[in-house]
Parts: sequence; C-alpha cells; structure tokens
Amino acid sequence: MLKTTPLNQAHRDMNAKMVDFGGWDMPLHYGSQLDEHHKVRQDAGMFDVSHMLPVDIKGNNVRGFLRQLVANNVDKLTIPGKALYSCMLTPQGGIIDDLIIYFLSETWFRIVVNAGTADKDVAWMQKQRDDYAVDLEITPRRDLAMIAVQGPNARAKVWEVIAGSQVATEALKQFQSVEVGPYFIARTGYTGEDGFEIILPAAEAPKLWQALHAVGVVPAGLGARDTLRLEAGMNLYGQDMDETKHPMESGLAWTVDLKTERDFIGKQVLSDTPVTHHLVGLVLLDRGVLRSHQQVVMQRDGVEHQGEITSGGFSPTMNQSIALARVPIAVSVGDEVDVVVRDKKLRAKVVKYPFVRNGKVLV
Amino acid sequence: MQVPADLKYSKSHEWVKSESDGTVTVGITSHAQELLGDMVFIELPEVGRTLKQKEECAVAESVKAAADVYAPISGEIVAVNSPLVDAPEKINEDAFSAWLFKMKPSNPSELDGLLSAAAYTELVENEEH
Repeated sequence: MLKTTPLNQAHRDMNAKMVDFGGWDMPLHYGSQLDEHHKVRQDAGMFDVSHMLPVDIKGNNVRGFLRQLVANNVDKLTIPGKALYSCMLTPQGGIIDDLIIYFLSETWFRIVVNAGTADKDVAWMQKQRDDYAVDLEITPRRDLAMIAVQGPNARAKVWEVIAGSQVATEALKQFQSVEVGPYFIARTGYTGEDGFEIILPAAEAPKLWQALHAVGVVPAGLGARDTLRLEAGMNLYGQDMDETKHPMESGLAWTVDLKTERDFIGKQVLSDTPVTHHLVGLVLLDRGVLRSHQQVVMQRDGVEHQGEITSGGFSPTMNQSIALARVPIAVSVGDEVDVVVRDKKLRAKVVKYPFVRNGKVLV
Repeated sequence: MQVPADLKYSKSHEWVKSESDGTVTVGITSHAQELLGDMVFIELPEVGRTLKQKEECAVAESVKAAADVYAPISGEIVAVNSPLVDAPEKINEDAFSAWLFKMKPSNPSELDGLLSAAAYTELVENEEH
C-alpha cells in the first residue's frame, strides 16, 4: 500500500500521471513534464512536497545538540526564521541525509528531511539524543503538508492568495522564513528560481493548492522537479550522494565547517581523509542524453581517469543534455571527456555548475 | 487508448504498417510514448542495414528514460524519418504518423505473427493490471 499526501486526490483530479516514488504515490507530471519545467522557469509552478518530513526539535539547548549532529555550523543561524542547508553524517563521514534546518527560537528548531530517508533520519536523531542524554523532544510532523511554489512570479501569486502574506514575507531574503497564521513560509526551493516553500496543516493543503491553481500557478510533478534541480546544480540524495560518499566528493564542501573548533559527528574522518574525487558539471557536445551511472573517461599523459555520472538528463532550458559526475580531481573545468553511452563514446565538456539560475543559462 | 485497427503490433510496442509497395513502415505506439513521456532524442538506424527480427535498431529517449526500438520483422532498412531527429516531440503529438523507419521484409510471413489491434490492446491492458 503506497503512502499518500493530503493532496493525492487533488493530483488525480488534475489528471496527474502517478508513480511509486520510494513508497509514496506521487505525481510524475500532469501531461507534459517539459511544459511544467518551462512554466517554473518563466512564470510559476507548484509542487506537492508533502512526502518530505518536517521534524521539530524542542527543548533546552537545541543548538548545542545540532552543533554535534550536523556538518554545517548552526551558529550561522542568528536571526529567528533563518535557514541553513547541511549534511548529517555518519561517524565515518558518509552522508545520512541532506536537510534544511530552520532556527525558530533557542528552544525550537525545525529540520526538513528527505522522504526516502525520513525514518532513518529520525531514528538517528533520537539515538544521538539518547546518547548525549539531552532532554529534547524530537517530533516528526506527519500532520503537516508542504507545497513549493517556484518561479519568477511565484511570490506574487502566493501574496494574491494568502491574506497578509505580502506584508509578512516581502522583506524575507533567500533562506529566511516566517509564520503567517497557520502557514510557515520560507524563501527556499529546489529549482534555482525564486519562490516559497510553504509548510501548513494537512487539512489546509487542498484549499491552498486550489487557490494557487485559480490564480494561474500550474501544478508540476516530480519529473519537472528533477530536471529543474539538475539545471540548478542541486544534489539529489541517493543519486549524487549517500552514506558511502563524503560531502567533499559530493560538491558539498561549502556546507562543511572544518574551520571552527566545534566537533561534530564525522568531522575527524573528513579532516583526515584526502579528497580524491569531486563533483563536476558536464555538458554533452554530441547528440544524445546523459544518464546516471554512465562511465566518464579522460586520457591525459598516458593515464586514464575514470568517473561516473551521478545525475544526468535532458536540460529543457538549454535544449541539450547535462549531468553531474563524480570524477578524479585530475579532471577539471574546461576539460573534455568521453561518456560511454550504450556502445558509443560521446564528447562532453566539464563545466562549473549550476547550469541555470533564475531563468538564465550560466554555462 | 489509441490503437488503429489497420496496423499490426509487436509485443515491444512498435506499430507496423504494410504499404502497397511491399515495404512496411514502423513507429512506436501511442501507449509507448505515454509511458516514456516527453521525447527528447531519437537515434535512427542506417539505411541499408539488414536486421533480424527483434534486433535493436533505434533508440527513443524521453526526459525520463531511454528505450530501445526493435525490428518487428527481419529485413533491410530502406528509409528513415530523418526530420524526426530534430523534432522528437512529434512522437508525443501523434505516435502513429511519426514513423521511424521503413523496412523491406526478408521473410514476409513474419508479419502474420505480429499482434492485431485487439491482441495488442489486450496485452497493454494486462500490463497495466
């Protein structure tokens, strides 16, 4: 039996093509994934991301607990409502999950984790809490839904339908959030466009979904979500990283704080392990489509360097194929590599990602 | 679901149309394009290539996945729909007019072994359940 979000019926009413996504019955698209992709880049689209899980951590000294729990430094969170992207690591430095931490008060932080890792994440957090004997409450919030409204016109559309939201959110910067009545509104997303992620009571979700649709926000499925995030150069857990990979070889060194004296789970191994691989962007020069797990090969000075595509696909905005690939550090931006596609070798160029941000092609 | 009655079908979701000159025209079915989603890349076989029945001979890639296209019968490729390479979305718009290639059958009796529209419809319905 698949798990369903509070918007399941709404998706069916909009003729969504539903798929089993890690045990969740989710919309892949509502007719055309490409149209949905373009709509988000050019106007406004909305995604049901209620399969992701908000986890509230409450009690005394939540901050102290999070200092040990995650690789990024929660001391960067000084203003209430501010958000931080971070990895949560195993003692070996492997990535348990990537998540967003919202600082609401010194006694309340909210962490949004991936759907596929949610149970494992909560169990890990609870275990750490028990081990450190911290008197904290860790509450998975399956009573909440989450809608991401993304695109250059996304914020204006939200302001049209949620009374009082404009005044409350107009001054929010990227990675800031605020509560507006029953809505928790954050200026975050997974598309490379402006917009909001809105966390709200499950019962309210269908009403907000319909209201946004009524002002011209198109529903977009997981298909468009994947091509948008790939263009935006954002990692997907389980593809671009997992527990066998370090943040440093997953393009996430910027999220790991090794500078301060603060200790955190996984720090020792990350500090001691030389980095041999890194994540780079690829743009396919030949015709075809790059896909995850295809081999990347580069010959230089008689040495063959081998890597692998972690996420590949067709970029609707660039109208050509792009990918993220994990390659030896000898392979760097500007190099040309071969990608083995079926029985052929196709040429690709190594580029710095993101590929697309705010509607503009950057590579 | 669209399944024109005058065509024959393979189990691997190709449609086959017998032409008056003895050649056959081959494409992928509407059901196949629906499963794949928006098409973004087509690789066609070379004209002149000789194929055995069920041999891989073309590739259709959507935003979601890559699918091999198989020769529904044995024979020689006599023409390919080159303009499709630059407009793969034509397959989504009308799968039964966006043909991929034409073949000259080397064993026309193989055509009798292909599925009728009714049999193909049944196959798809069984797959869905």
